[in-house]
Amino acid sequence: MNAYLGIDVGSISTKGVIIDNENHILASSYIWTQGNPMEAVKTLIHNLEKQIDKKKVHIIGVGTTGSARKLIGTMLNANIIKNEITAHAIGTLSLYPDVKTIFEIGGQDSKIILIEDGIVVDYAMNTLCAAGTGAFLSSQASRLGVKVEDFGRIALTSKKPTKIAARCTVFAESDLVHKAQMGYQKEDIIAGLCKSVVSNYLNNVGKGKKIKAPIIFQGGVSKNIGVKKAFEEEVGCEVIVDPNGHLMGALGVAILAKNSPIKTNFQFSITDNNFETKGIECNKCSNHCEIICVSRNKKLIDAWGNRCSNGDIMNR
Amino acid sequence: MKEERIISFPHLGDYYIPIKFLLNKITKLKVMESPPITKKTIDLGSKYSPDFVCIPFKYNLGNFIETLEKGANILIQAGGGCRYGYYSEVQEQILKDLGYHFEFYTLVDKDKITPKSLYHTFKKIDKKIPLWKMIYYLPLTILMIRYMDNIDDFIRKNIGFEVEKNSFSNLKKEMLDSYTKCKGFLSLTKRYFHYKKAFKNLKVEKPENCLKVGIIGELYTSMEPFSSYFLEKELASMNIEIKRFTNVSYLLYQKRLQRRKNLRYIEKYCKYTIGADGMDNIYRAKYLIDEGYDGIIHIKPFGCTPEIGAIPIIQKVCQDGKMPIIYFSFDSQTSETGIKTRLEAFYDMLTIKKG
Repeated sequence: MNAYLGIDVGSISTKGVIIDNENHILASSYIWTQGNPMEAVKTLIHNLEKQIDKKKVHIIGVGTTGSARKLIGTMLNANIIKNEITAHAIGTLSLYPDVKTIFEIGGQDSKIILIEDGIVVDYAMNTLCAAGTGAFLSSQASRLGVKVEDFGRIALTSKKPTKIAARCTVFAESDLVHKAQMGYQKEDIIAGLCKSVVSNYLNNVGKGKKIKAPIIFQGGVSKNIGVKKAFEEEVGCEVIVDPNGHLMGALGVAILAKNSPIKTNFQFSITDNNFETKGIECNKCSNHCEIICVSRNKKLIDAWGNRCSNGDIMNR
Repeated sequence: MKEERIISFPHLGDYYIPIKFLLNKITKLKVMESPPITKKTIDLGSKYSPDFVCIPFKYNLGNFIETLEKGANILIQAGGGCRYGYYSEVQEQILKDLGYHFEFYTLVDKDKITPKSLYHTFKKIDKKIPLWKMIYYLPLTILMIRYMDNIDDFIRKNIGFEVEKNSFSNLKKEMLDSYTKCKGFLSLTKRYFHYKKAFKNLKVEKPENCLKVGIIGELYTSMEPFSSYFLEKELASMNIEIKRFTNVSYLLYQKRLQRRKNLRYIEKYCKYTIGADGMDNIYRAKYLIDEGYDGIIHIKPFGCTPEIGAIPIIQKVCQDGKMPIIYFSFDSQTSETGIKTRLEAFYDMLTIKKG
């Protein structure tokens, strides 16, 4: 049986799926990136390998997405490397063909994708600022001495969410400290935080966008039921969270790999190779391009980051 | 011994060529262009600029520092209808505080630039400039800029489809080289027509229904490729035809001539000018919709007030016209990967939409 591998390497977590020709998920894995995308992907591939019967399943397409897509794509010799916006849209559309709006809040980014008749018509991504993303929530959770996984559950117990300044992470944080010192209940503050994430999102990436149902909410933060509830209150309709919501990017890029005319022969043993990256600074002019070199078993396989022919390492 | 006077100016795309040409022809001073913009330029500029100033200020300041280090001692700066109007005073002060010695001249004074005011400014720089030189070489330089912009328009339409890699940029380099050697109107015009033909003869493979994208927005990020992280180059590599309005010809005279006509065109959305190129960009958005373009990219430096004022109106125009649009804000800390991700997604969106 032919199968396709899709990997989504984000800032916080690394996600992978293997799908068959009908887009059914045969195997999936979700682990922390921990600042080392290459090691994370190796572990991920081991996890996926255990879930399938290698004698029957042959992987003939590999796709990568997420912020480390290029690095991992080079490492795995992927036949498609796609941005996360397109990947998420394709993945979600395969499960919910009539979706109109996708909310996505990840570790460090948040995006909104608007869809009409199965086609992406508009999107936006947060710029310059990580306010209201997963990283913010988890840092506040540790400040309050709560596990981020319990955040949503605690938020639901609140009857009167505290108002927290939502415009900016720094303001939100000092406001949160202030409210805690004033004596507000912890669950009210947590519920207020969930609300502030939502209003920040709608005022930032969602600004000026026409949000229509059905709405799908995904990304790591979608696992937080408190944020989901706050979204529903704010937009006034049901917000769907898929149990596989965190895998949508990986699923989307696996589908793109399936549709791509190029095929590869992927072997799980690729993880036995020794991959190394090295950042070097080109000193040929005052631009000082930072060039990233990727090598497999000490052999240079790709390099990028240079802006002119002076730094062209590959052809030397 | 008296120190040799060396005049220099900040970069803006390829326009250092006509500026250098003009200065060489009319003054007897040594003319030196700033060293090409690199990461070092922007690092230097950001280091000594107020953090929240718009990005062109930082580039200009970096240019000034680098050129002063190389020995320049006369600096010129333009000015304009937004924060740009304060650039020269602030930059002069910053550079003086850093301990440099130089003369500083501003071309646009009190929001106006005319041939007469320009002559007076030049007269201050070099008393010996004869009037006839100004009368002859200023129009010649403006014509040169016009010719450059015309060719650039053609290049933007076709460079995404060149058959031989770099054929357009190599020919352009050759053309600009040749322009610097021209002596008068006749020889400039001859060169222009020669290269116009040469560009038309370059091989391109352009499909009938290629993607067409318009770039609108603030002037510096539009004209200085380094500041927009080579946005146009990136688009060309995706095989997109590009239309960009802002160039020096536009700013010098077309803008003034078109103002009333443009305002009438966007009557429904905007009734008066809103500073710098804000109103022009609203016009452009509507124009691109009416001309059947596939998408719009709006670029600006982070914190550019006239453009921030224009954006909600542009958004409305684009919603009414069902036009996909993305916005980029550039600053010294902008992540290049972030821009690439958004551009790629924009490209995917346009291609899928077009079918």
